[in-house]
Amino acid sequence: MNTEISTNQATASFRFSLSFFALLSAFVVLVVMNARESGLLEAATAMLVTSAVAAGVAFVLVSVFDTKRTAVIVLGAMGLVLGLFAGGVGMAVAGAVMAVLIAHFVFWIHFRHYRDGLPNYLSSNEILWHYTYLVICAVIFVFLIAPILVIIPLSFNVEPYFTFTEKMLAFDPEGYSTRWYDLLLTFGMLEPDAPRDMSWWSDAWANANWINAAKNSVIIGFFATILATTLGTIAALGLSRSEMPYRRAIMAILISPMIVPIIIVATGLFFFYSKVGIHTWGIPYFGVVLAHATLGIPFVIITVTATLVGFDHSLTRAAASLGADPVQTFRRVQMPLILPGVVSGALFAFVTSFDEVVVVLFIGALDEQTIPRQMWNGIREQISPAILSVATILVVISILLLTTVELLRRRSERLRGVTPQ
Amino acid sequence: MKLKSALMATALSGVAFGAQAQEVTVMSWGGAYTKSQVEAYHKPFTAETGIKVNSVDADNPATPIKAQVEAGNVSIDVADVEFSDAVRLCDEGLIEPIDVSMLPAAPDGTPATEDFIDGALQDCAVGSIVWSTIYAYNSSNVDGTPTTIGDFFDTEKFPGKRGVRKSAKATLEMALMADGVPAGEVYDLLDSDEGVDRAFAVLDRIKGDIVWWEAGAQPPQLLADGEVVMSTAYNGRIFNAAVAENQPLEVVWDGQILDFDLFVVPKGAPNKENAMEFIAFSTDTQRLADQASWISYGPARKSSGELVGKFMDGETEMGPHMPTAAANLENALVNNFEFWVDKDADLNERFNAWLAN
Amino acid sequence: MSDTTANPLLTTADGKPLKAALARAERRARYRAFLLVLPLLAFILITFVTPIAQMLHQSVYNEGFTMHTEIGSGERTPIMVNIKAWFDENPAGTEPGEAAFAALAEDMKTLRELRAAGSAGTRINYERSGTRSMFTKAARNANKIEPPFKEAFVDLDEDWTDPALWRVMRDASTPYTMNFYLAAIDLTKSPDGDIESVAENRQVYVTLFQRTLFLSVLITFLTFALGYPVAHLLATLPLRHSNLLMILVLLPFWTSLLVRTTSWMVLLQSQGVINDALVGVGLLGDGNRLQMMYNQIGTVVAMTHILLPFMVLPLYSVMRPINPSYVRAARSLGATSWTAFWRIYFPQTVAGIGAGALLVFILSVGYYITPALVGGASGQLISNLIAFHMQNSLNWSLAAALAALLLGGVLILYWLYDRLVGIDNLKLG
Repeated sequence: MNTEISTNQATASFRFSLSFFALLSAFVVLVVMNARESGLLEAATAMLVTSAVAAGVAFVLVSVFDTKRTAVIVLGAMGLVLGLFAGGVGMAVAGAVMAVLIAHFVFWIHFRHYRDGLPNYLSSNEILWHYTYLVICAVIFVFLIAPILVIIPLSFNVEPYFTFTEKMLAFDPEGYSTRWYDLLLTFGMLEPDAPRDMSWWSDAWANANWINAAKNSVIIGFFATILATTLGTIAALGLSRSEMPYRRAIMAILISPMIVPIIIVATGLFFFYSKVGIHTWGIPYFGVVLAHATLGIPFVIITVTATLVGFDHSLTRAAASLGADPVQTFRRVQMPLILPGVVSGALFAFVTSFDEVVVVLFIGALDEQTIPRQMWNGIREQISPAILSVATILVVISILLLTTVELLRRRSERLRGVTPQ
Repeated sequence: MKLKSALMATALSGVAFGAQAQEVTVMSWGGAYTKSQVEAYHKPFTAETGIKVNSVDADNPATPIKAQVEAGNVSIDVADVEFSDAVRLCDEGLIEPIDVSMLPAAPDGTPATEDFIDGALQDCAVGSIVWSTIYAYNSSNVDGTPTTIGDFFDTEKFPGKRGVRKSAKATLEMALMADGVPAGEVYDLLDSDEGVDRAFAVLDRIKGDIVWWEAGAQPPQLLADGEVVMSTAYNGRIFNAAVAENQPLEVVWDGQILDFDLFVVPKGAPNKENAMEFIAFSTDTQRLADQASWISYGPARKSSGELVGKFMDGETEMGPHMPTAAANLENALVNNFEFWVDKDADLNERFNAWLAN
Repeated sequence: MSDTTANPLLTTADGKPLKAALARAERRARYRAFLLVLPLLAFILITFVTPIAQMLHQSVYNEGFTMHTEIGSGERTPIMVNIKAWFDENPAGTEPGEAAFAALAEDMKTLRELRAAGSAGTRINYERSGTRSMFTKAARNANKIEPPFKEAFVDLDEDWTDPALWRVMRDASTPYTMNFYLAAIDLTKSPDGDIESVAENRQVYVTLFQRTLFLSVLITFLTFALGYPVAHLLATLPLRHSNLLMILVLLPFWTSLLVRTTSWMVLLQSQGVINDALVGVGLLGDGNRLQMMYNQIGTVVAMTHILLPFMVLPLYSVMRPINPSYVRAARSLGATSWTAFWRIYFPQTVAGIGAGALLVFILSVGYYITPALVGGASGQLISNLIAFHMQNSLNWSLAAALAALLLGGVLILYWLYDRLVGIDNLKLG
């Protein structure tokens, strides 16, 4: 193979591409036949026939059509018709997409478009390695993201199972339902079956377990975030000054809640709170709010100090020399610069609190049921798809938060004139 | 600041902090069992007295009690605990003594002290149910019919995963009975190191196939999902999954281990008066009989026995599903609470070491 | 200029020496900077450092055998005072005679009155299991115990003369002890006070520490193996594309830990998505589905997924600024692509590998939630055992000792991280 491909050759080799397609299709057939547990002879025949057909189709495709575009359109149309014939609109769409992809792929392989955009000194082995590497990366990305996405369709399962039913795979609307989302509302209500009027909704608001958990989570998260953001921002202003004494040691202490295992924090707080008797003070959520604020502080420190990196302190001096008092200087000069960092830090702090379960389990009062605590109980006892619907809602929330933070980060970089190369 | 306080106010108004003057917090074991108590005790209690009942669950209510009392942060008023735990908590002064004279007499006038079955009334605890640890299997996933406790530990005869409670109690006894030890000799044997070694040796046979469970609601779920083919379980949970939810689950009574559940009041309970009232109300003849129509646990009062009828579906007779039914008692072990009061910590320590290695 | 050079001592406009004025200004600036940090520092000291100090105290201090605290009133009464006095008078190893048992009998009466036998016995039981009931039994019969005391006690339980029990009681009669640390590494004291291993069938903590280390190393390696190609791809793509792909790394980072753990349960369980897919494709028979959950596989897979972003992000931030022309230069000088990568590119990324690996390792040694849910028995880590002793066995001093050991390890790694990477370089997306 090495010898016949010279580096700048734009022309195609049928020997390479046709045998490639034949082998590839034979392999696909092998996997399918294995799944169907077919006999050896049957499988061998099928493999031979398919590879011949595949090579033939590829040959026709690249010899008949002079441009890729026409080939894609014609093959796509054929796929559409075949799919429609085989059954339903869904199959037609699938067929068309498959055909278009195949046409692209055939042209890409045959005319060596895979060399486009790569340095021309690469040997064919290196090209092969390059694409293997891309496939590996793709697999890792699937590993990263698939577990998060897989629960979304499953949360609409009509059956109480955690796997795709046949109806779901056929996109049959009967396989899907929102019953688990409904259960989130009704679970714990006094009269879940009453007509859904105002009193039903107020019942849900007052008694539904998940709604109460959400209320608790939001209240705790809100106050913990306020506390962490205020204290953290002020401290970050001090930490980013060059005059700050013992900067490194203090920074290490302030970041440590993020590093120390959560079980140790929870254990320590359990002893400490029972020693000082925090529950006798009668302030609801107080202990949990303090703990969550502590856990959120490192994030605020990190994001805010990051926006102050490279901050030109002569700006504040300039403001002062123009007659601004320190408060004005802060509001008009520093605040706009650090604001994106403050908001990101606040979001991080909120998410930390919103997701935290161990501390709540150790020191939370029995009526301080938060969403993670409720999930934890639910997962340990029985993971009904209701858990998956909560999870789906949380995933949507995290997508929104992530988008916000990304936009803020770019705005901050623009403001500070840090352009990523 | 204004915004903050306004938010605080609205936030707080939406959530109950025990603002009601009268309430009682009851901790139980979750799932179908808590549901039976809510129906049989909590709802009628609130209807009659106006005291609101907050229901909370734990894997084993005895552990949070001890943690709460020792940390001086008690928020439970009544807890439902096992026999050996009730005795131990009482020994350690962690629960309130209960005056049995406050308990109502049976309808025929028999005083409570004579109406409760032996052992159900303790210095600090009042019994409510008789339950048992059994093992159950999913008949759609098992070839053949397991009938003896030995079958549970025989993965050659009945291949598949086993669910077992992650605790030494009941697990070690079952292992010995599966090894052919008669019920009457189990605790004598377990008192010696050889006996404990023998029990662990039996467990070793299936160690690789065990899925451990902690909450009582897990076994029916594990069985129904097909995660395990057989599991130890509390008998009432299996009954409810099989009868109320039509799961193909079967109970094997051979080698069952009987135990009591008792109500206790933690030291320093915030609503002690209400707690005592709740216990007196819930353990009267009629309530105990009612509770048995929601789940297959036997009432702790003799006078309740004849009032027990059918399951709430109106069809299933409860009698044969009770752990105390004559047919189910052929090879049964009564939990020796004295043994577990002494040995619980010790054997669980060995159990953990065995699990980790 | 000419003004100041003429003057030997530099002064400010109001005539003060410039050096002193500068020093004062500097001091005031430092003071101001410190004042800004002070509120947060105080907050962290109260809500974080003090609780951990409290925990460390708990790990060496247990007054179960010396003090009884009445629940409710909080009234504190010393217990076991007579036997304590006997211990003080007689050196370790003295055979307990009639005087010792008489003191014990006296103390049992106090235990009976206070109903404290259970908790005193529990303290001894931590170190010598099976002894708790000896205390409750003796206290129940405290009023019936009569001289000769030694015989009376032996009548109750012959283990009362066990020298190991007396060693434990001697140690427990002072609240400060290191014995919980010994227990946390599977050691105990012999009756003579020598340190020895506990019986083999009771050893668990060393195994758990080793397993935690081993699994953390494995997870760190896996995140590296998966994270390196991804970070490299992100760093070499044009920013437009890499920003899009970066979302795929950051989304898991922002998604709730419990959500991700739930997802893995859905994927890995024996009736779950992966097993169903494998059975559906025919790679597996329905009868022999893979057991991927409730064991170490579950813990490792789920934790690798959860911690992967913590590896990718530091790697990315090191790789992005690497100039591609170095590799090109190497190629043009005749290096193969492998040599160019290994000799030129890889050495420039070592700092990122160090940062990512340390961070992932630090985070994984303390993991609790994920192993608890998907780890079964064999996938438990040391944190799960700490939680067990906090919530189930209620041996809080042992839990604190285990936590202290874990904390020590983490702090060493943290210090290392600060030295090698610098805390300032911690980035979040």
